[in-house]
Order: sequence, then C-alpha cells, then structure tokens
Amino acid sequence: MITGFLALYIFMLAAFTGYEIISRVPVILHTPLMSGSNFVHGIVLVGAMVALGHADTPIEIAIGVVAVLLAAGNVAGGYVVTERMLEMFKTSKPASPPSTEKK
Amino acid sequence: MTLPAWMPTIVEAIYFIAAVLFIWGLKRMSSPRTARQGIVWAGAGMAAAIIVTFFLPGMQNLGWMIAAIVVGVVLSWIVGRRVPMTAMPQMVALFNGMGGGAAAAIGVVELIKFNAALGLVPNTSPIQPEAWADVAGRLGTTELVLAFVGVLIGAVSFTGSLIAFAKLQGWMDRRFVFPLQRWANLAIFAAALVCGALALAAGIEGHAFAWGLLIAFIVLSLVFGIAMTLPIGGADMPVVISMYNAFTGLAVAFEGFVLQNEAMIIAGMVVGAAGTLLTQLMARAMNRSLGNVLFGNFGAGSGAAQQDIAGALKPIDANDAAVMMAYAERVAIVPGYGMAVAQAQHKIWEFAKLLIDRGVKVKFAIHPVAGRMPGHMNVLLAEAGVPYDLIADMDDINPEFPNTDVALVIGANDVVNPVARTDKNSPIYGMPILDVARAKNVIVIKRGRGKGFAGIENALFYADNTRMLYGDGQAAAGELVTGLKSLDA
Repeated sequence: MITGFLALYIFMLAAFTGYEIISRVPVILHTPLMSGSNFVHGIVLVGAMVALGHADTPIEIAIGVVAVLLAAGNVAGGYVVTERMLEMFKTSKPASPPSTEKK
Repeated sequence: MTLPAWMPTIVEAIYFIAAVLFIWGLKRMSSPRTARQGIVWAGAGMAAAIIVTFFLPGMQNLGWMIAAIVVGVVLSWIVGRRVPMTAMPQMVALFNGMGGGAAAAIGVVELIKFNAALGLVPNTSPIQPEAWADVAGRLGTTELVLAFVGVLIGAVSFTGSLIAFAKLQGWMDRRFVFPLQRWANLAIFAAALVCGALALAAGIEGHAFAWGLLIAFIVLSLVFGIAMTLPIGGADMPVVISMYNAFTGLAVAFEGFVLQNEAMIIAGMVVGAAGTLLTQLMARAMNRSLGNVLFGNFGAGSGAAQQDIAGALKPIDANDAAVMMAYAERVAIVPGYGMAVAQAQHKIWEFAKLLIDRGVKVKFAIHPVAGRMPGHMNVLLAEAGVPYDLIADMDDINPEFPNTDVALVIGANDVVNPVARTDKNSPIYGMPILDVARAKNVIVIKRGRGKGFAGIENALFYADNTRMLYGDGQAAAGELVTGLKSLDA
C-alpha cells in the first residue's frame, strides 16, 4: 500500500531522476530522447491492462478496451519510432571521436 | 485461473526491475554511442512488465485484452515502420496522444468503480457488493483527486496531441484564431474544473456524484485540449508536443498512484520531469516563454508594423556556387526543414564529401529548433551518414561565421533571419539565430520566393553578400555536385 507521503517521496525522487537524465543530453539526441520518453510512458499499458482486467460492467469493459488499445499503440509506436531514429547513429563512422558528447 | 500465492511478489519484483531498466535505458540514450542499447534495455523492461501483468490475481477479460493489445501493437508498428523520417515529429505526437488517452481512460474506469462503490457505502448498506470490495482499500481522498487530475491532463494531452499531429501532417489549417479566444478557452477550462470539483466534493464526503458531472468533466477536458492547441502555429508545435509528452507522463504517474502501481508512478514521473525540462529547453531556444508559446498567438496581426526590407534578390547559378565553395577555405552548411522535405540530405553530404576531399573545412551548423524538433536535423543528417563530429551547435559555430568564406543555407529560413536581431516589431524578435549574415558570402538554396514557416520576410536574402540559388533542394544539390565534379574533369 502506497500512502500519500510515500507516493510524494517517489514522485519527488523520480522527478529529479528525469530532470538529471535530460539535463546532460546533447542537442543532437533531444528528438530521439523525447521519443524514448514517449515510449517509456507506454507503461500506461500495464495500468490499462489492470483497469480492463478488473472491469465488470460492459461500459467499464468498453472503456478498458479503448485504454488497452491506445496504450498498446503508444508502446509499439514509441518503440519503433525511437529505434528507427537511433538506428541512424549506427551509420556514423566508428572512427570519429565523440566530440559532440557533452557532459 | 488459480495462481500461486507468491505470484504478486514476482510481479512486483519484475515491475521494480522494469523501472530500473527504464531509467537505465534513458540514461544510455543520453549519449550518442550508447543510445541504441538504451532503447533495447527500456524495451526489455517494458516487455517483461507487460507479460507479468497477465499474472496479477483476479484478471478478467483476457480475451478482450489480448485482442486489443495485438490490434494496437500491429497497427502502430506498421505505421511507425512506414512513415518517412521527416514525419517523425508528428508520429511522436500521435503515439503520445494515444498514451494520454489511455491514461485518461484508466482514470475514467476507476472513477466509475469509485462512484459505484460510493453509491453503496458499506455502513448504510446491509449487503457489501463486490464493487465495494474491489476498491475499498484504494478509495481515499488522494486517490479521488489524482484520478480526476489524471483524467483532465490525460484527456488534454490526448486531443491536444491529435491536433498537433493533424497540423504537422498538413491535415489542418495551421492556425485557427477568433476574437476572445483566450477567454473562451479559459471558460472551457474553468467549466471542466467546476464539474470535476463538484463531483470530487461529493466523493470526498462519501456520496456518489451525478454521472452527468463526470461525463461533462470528461467532454470539457477533451474539448479544452482541442481549443488550447488550435491557435498555436505550426512553428511552435515541437514545444507543444514536448509539453504534452510531459503531460502524458504526469497523467500516467497519477493514474499509477490510483492503481497502486509503482512502475507507472516512477516511469510516468521520470517522463513528466524530463519532458518538462525538454519543453523549457525548446522554448528557451526560441527565446520565448512557454506562456508566450501557448497564449501568444504567434505572428498575429503584427505584419503592418514590420520594417520594410531594402535591396534585391540576387540569383546565382549552381556552377558558380560550386566554384565559389570549391576554392573556399571554410564552408558552413546550414540545413533547415526544407532540406529534409526535399530529401536533399544525401546529395548535400555527397557534395560536402567532395569539398572535404578538396581540403575545404566543412561544418554543418544546426540551429536548436531547425527541423521540427531539437535534434530532428541531427537525426536527418545522421540518416545521410554525416559523422556527428562535423555537426556544430549554434553556440559553437556562431563565433566562426566571420571567418567562414561561404555559408550554404539550404531550406532554412527563420533560424537565419537577421530580423530577429534588428526589428523589434517582428514576431521572431529576440529569437537566437545562426549568424549566417556575418559570413563573407552566403548562398541560399530555396525553392521559390515564398516566406518561411513563420510567414516572415527574411532580410538575409536581400543582403549584399547573399546569392540566391533557386530550385528544389535535391536538384540544386545535385547540380552543385555536378558542378564540383566538372572542375576536376
């Protein structure tokens, strides 16, 4: 059972983590990273499955199915798009020094 | 289905590992060399989290669930594979909107359950139905509040992202403005809040709320997402998409709390925070506040007051341009979204390679908001095979422009417009720009005489040291390559 304050701590720590991760990213990776974080919030699929899994009435089931459908689209689409963007970086010459990699 | 008693613990453990993998994956994605592994790690965590969710106790409707997952995954997988790279920003908008819609729908299901249970308070009702048992442990004030807030944010992100998608896809007129629009939007938002607050107040006191209130709340939230996004111009869409990305993250985190699901809380919140920072970075790159992007009605009605630009457009042909660059010492190539639309990045890189073989120092100068998103241009150049050490950020390249012999602008317009420095009445005044005008010579490849995405006249094109090379980006780049090759023949 997650109580209010425990949740607040989780919210706070997760927020700092997200902030820290992004603040060190070179501009070159901003779009892939936005796409990657778009994929990560696809975890909403798990919640949609739980909501549908506990739905009893027809209206709950209908909305639950919509939730799962949308969330599944978020996960799959987010992954494919991010993967395609990041695939591009493979084509850079391996010999080239990572000079744009700013910390 | 009977599951062993230790199953929920296993599920919790996998959720924990998934949360670690998400953060680790995003961390890996923050460096060009490890970025590709990052998405694989995050993907592994996601797959594991989804699979174990089937083994939570008391899961029903598995047939519907599997069918919906298969349909959703297959459809967006196909769409995601097929779209061209230039269409990536609107794809992110579309998939993000779907996530927001899912988060809102989860909240709605939970609110329906809460309300059904509120109608049957156990102290007054002799029979305790299953509906109560299912939500009893979770029906608190915090849960109710967060469920409502999650629905609001998720619904706004859903419709807002879809509008952003439609605008970038070119399905919609870019801006839709009417008098008193800000007040109308505010009224919609206030009405949504009032409906939500009334329902919430009843729920906190332990009474069921009217279904009409919940329906009105949902509809008004959806409408607000549309109304808020309609007046925002296409040039500002990246900022808006990034903001909705953060919104979806927050909605997911809130609904995760309602469902007592730690993986959702952590992943949603990380995205919420990261997305907020990214939004600020983007807005700052355009030297505008987020409020200005959302409510500023970019470019509206300021046309009359703008300074007139003196001078004439001076054309150049491709051969002359090629020669000019062949004998230059330093060349800076400034690509914009127009290059991507024309699919000219491969030809341009071929041209750049020929220049490099001749000993010319070539760099690609990227404005932070070139393309439709920060880094979009980098992705497109990477696609063409440009090594990323040749790509320079605005801050690095700007001091070098006075020493640059030729700046080749292809498909960029607003991000090189000196008006942003000189004309206080211009809507882009104050936006940091690439100092292309300070290069010794400027060659602009442009399809026609039209204005840029923001619809503003560009003073650079009229400057004394600027020559215009008219033509489709790819054709013009091809002519440059031919011109360069004929020098050696």
